[in-house]
Amino acid sequence: MVLEMAVRVVFHTALVMALYLLFAGHNQPGGGFVGGLVAAAALGLQYAAGGLDQVRLVGRVPGRYYVGTGLFVATLTAMVPLVVGGDLLESGKVKLHPPLLGEIKLISVLAFDIGVFLVVMGLALMMFSAFGEAAQPEHEGADDLADERSGS
Amino acid sequence: MALLTVGRSGDRRLFWVAAIPSVAVVVWALASAGGVLDGTPVTESITWVAGLDLSLDVRVDAFSLVMVVMVAGIGVLIHAYAARYFNPDTPHLGRLAGLLTLFAGAMLGLVTADNLLWLYACWELTSITSYLLIGWDDRDPNARSSALQALLMTGAGGLVMLVGFVLMGQAAGTYELSAIVANPPGGTTVSVALVFILIGAFTKSAQWPFSSWLPGAMVAPTPISAYLHSATMVKAGVYLVARLAPPFAHLGFWRPLLFTVGLTTMVLGGAKALQQYDLKRLLAFGTVSQLGFLMVLFGAGSPEATLAGVALIVAHALFKAPLFMVVGILDHQAHTRDLRLLGRYGPGWQGPRWAAILSGASMAGVPLLFGFIAKEAAYEAFAHPDGAGTWVVLAGIVGGSMLTFAYTARLLLGAFSTRPVAGRPVPVDGGLGGTDGRGTTEELEEAPAPTWAFWAPAGALAAITVVLGATPDLLSRLTYGAAAALNPQVEPGHLALWHGLKLPLALSALTIGVGVALAAGAGQVWRFQERLPGLPSGNSIYLGSLEALNRTAAWLAGRVQSGSLPTYVGVVLVTAVVVPGVALAGELQGTDLPAFADSSGEVGLMGLVITAAAAAAVIRRRLAAVLCLGAVGYGMSLLYVLRGAPDLALTQVGIETLGAVLFVLVLRVLPRQFDERPTTLGRVVRLTISGAVGLFVFVFALVAGASRPPSGVSDEFLARSVSEGGGSNVVNVILVDFRGFDTLGEITVLTVAALGLVALARVGVRGLTVGAPDDDAPQLPGLRAYLGDADRPGGSTPLPRSGATRSGVPGSGEGADDQQGSS
Repeated sequence: MVLEMAVRVVFHTALVMALYLLFAGHNQPGGGFVGGLVAAAALGLQYAAGGLDQVRLVGRVPGRYYVGTGLFVATLTAMVPLVVGGDLLESGKVKLHPPLLGEIKLISVLAFDIGVFLVVMGLALMMFSAFGEAAQPEHEGADDLADERSGS
Repeated sequence: MALLTVGRSGDRRLFWVAAIPSVAVVVWALASAGGVLDGTPVTESITWVAGLDLSLDVRVDAFSLVMVVMVAGIGVLIHAYAARYFNPDTPHLGRLAGLLTLFAGAMLGLVTADNLLWLYACWELTSITSYLLIGWDDRDPNARSSALQALLMTGAGGLVMLVGFVLMGQAAGTYELSAIVANPPGGTTVSVALVFILIGAFTKSAQWPFSSWLPGAMVAPTPISAYLHSATMVKAGVYLVARLAPPFAHLGFWRPLLFTVGLTTMVLGGAKALQQYDLKRLLAFGTVSQLGFLMVLFGAGSPEATLAGVALIVAHALFKAPLFMVVGILDHQAHTRDLRLLGRYGPGWQGPRWAAILSGASMAGVPLLFGFIAKEAAYEAFAHPDGAGTWVVLAGIVGGSMLTFAYTARLLLGAFSTRPVAGRPVPVDGGLGGTDGRGTTEELEEAPAPTWAFWAPAGALAAITVVLGATPDLLSRLTYGAAAALNPQVEPGHLALWHGLKLPLALSALTIGVGVALAAGAGQVWRFQERLPGLPSGNSIYLGSLEALNRTAAWLAGRVQSGSLPTYVGVVLVTAVVVPGVALAGELQGTDLPAFADSSGEVGLMGLVITAAAAAAVIRRRLAAVLCLGAVGYGMSLLYVLRGAPDLALTQVGIETLGAVLFVLVLRVLPRQFDERPTTLGRVVRLTISGAVGLFVFVFALVAGASRPPSGVSDEFLARSVSEGGGSNVVNVILVDFRGFDTLGEITVLTVAALGLVALARVGVRGLTVGAPDDDAPQLPGLRAYLGDADRPGGSTPLPRSGATRSGVPGSGEGADDQQGSS
């Protein structure tokens, strides 16, 4: 129970953290890969607390769609400069000045990083559901283990 | 061309569409014939892979023109024939028509190729399309196995030939066929290359002992047999020999080898043909025999023999295709191909009958037909005694021709008369090719007559045989031109019906005389053959070698693929250590290792990491071992922080966390303890390997880190990071910009790995539900082996990203990283 409550608090924070890492990555420590990992870890916690169904509830979309979309976005980002007339993966920037937020620099590689993020997170989702399913038939009592973990 | 291969429609008019390319080729060939025959070949070259010196060189000289006209011309007629042969409701006719056209294209590419490698590509393409054509009726296991046999034999021969081509190309310094023929290289390499190439040619042209696939391939529908085995595919080997013989025939091994193989094939094929009841098989063995004949003629390499070869190759296409077609008509109308069951026909059979008789007579070498001209030319070529060898060859081809006459008689008499055929009586259960079993000839109904459009293609070819037989001069220019293209020593001349009262004429008379005698005494010949001890047939050789191959493969796989993951991992690690390790040790001798720790904090951390790693290796409880591994990982990330690499530390922490969760997931299905304890010897071996890997990676990373060139890429990246990459986090800029392509590749690999993991897990689920419930874990073979025995399973798969960034050694990131984890 304690774990469940803690996860409820931590989960969304962790997701925000993951997004922050993703967007901050270009200038500070972080990036799509780390962001994806943090998001995946958040999902992992969710899984440990609530089991596979909980993750499915959150994930809604199966992991393979994340992976596919991520790969697609990354490849597309890599390809676009070719169409425009540049080299593969060449980056371009746009500076935006929305109110309140100050200056935001958008760099095309951010899209690439989002792709990486999605792949990593989707991969974790896929593994959770795959191994989670593999585990289910034999051990119905996943709660024992969760208790054991929270105790240790 | 390939457009039609997807067609599933059963409309037989598709064959007309599929014939269009062939018609176009014939028209083109005839249009350009004048220039080609005057000695200016049409050439075209398209660069394919420039770096490998690969180009699609096309060169049409007079001999290629003969082949082109033959392939495309007979192709048109075959299409016309096939449009009548198949019932309108036959499924997959579109596929068949498309494949036929594709095959024709490959064959045309083969005979016009001037680059050895391009020729090889076309060669294999004909093998593959013929496999699909022979196995067209994919519900028939017989068709499938025959197709596979054809593919295996010609494919294996093709591979041997490729080796020969490469050797030849290296020796000659060019892959251009015309250049090699013009300036033949010499030496042992070339001889070896030629033997390899000849093996390829022998398999393709069904020479003994590689001939067994051709009769087997007769399960294909008759139009396909008629096309593949009369005019086209089996001629490919002959074609290649024809190209190579003039410049290389003087080599010591060439003529004995070709003559032995060719004559053996010719005589054995002819003898086998005499024992067949199935018309198509009879024709198939006849084809094998004729191919042997062609091998002998082209293999000789002399001007006269080359000329005779060209004449015979044309004659063979002209008489063998209509014979196949007529057999197909008989099969179609009478529902049997068994010689003993055929012979009663109603009115309206005159057309196909005469087409068959004329073509058969041409095959047998009866005067006034084109086959006779070709055979005379062949006798003429070997009638100049210049050694005992020539006499043997002459005797061989005369003997083979006698057999040819005899089996032709068997074919024609069996098919078109009710006379009993020599051999065993009809088995009770019915005919060979028949769909409905029938008793004896007396019970046969009269077969319904075919429509004229059905036999018109066969009739047209037979008519050409007659016309050319009477006035061979029509073809003189083409024949001599083609022969001259092969062998520049060929003098222009004329084909003629009457050569004067010379040795060849006498031999022809002898051939026909003995042939008639053999046909008359067919019963005695049959009994004589029955008593002969059989040579090992090609088929038994094929089956034996196939079986031996399977046994060897099973044995080898059993030895190499033991199924034990520790063994696999051990082999991989030992290789990884020994190969670069030896080189490293050699380089390092006498030099000092660079310093590797800056502060006491680092040393302490390392101690922690090493202790945790050692503990992970010793502890028997799985959960505890996993926790120890986690300690190793978190210790590493602390090290990164100390070294000033927050990105790496972040990544490492994320991975460790995720890895721990995944471990928990899978640990639930595994026993709490590692159940198998290795033997003492096993432990020693494992410890040695682990220690060696750890030491190696340690030294390697140190040396690699220290030996960076001073003006390395890192400074450049640092300088360009903000200006070009637009970000101040250089690690990330490298990942998504400078080395973005690598990242793209890595996430692709990740995706593939994820798919593999899911598949593994699914296997596990299936094993659990199907297997016995009380068994501990073995139902999860993949999962268990993957997780229970590998060093760091959960962590190693999602790691490649961090590996590439962490080790800082371009190209060696992933491998080094995995080993780091275990050290």
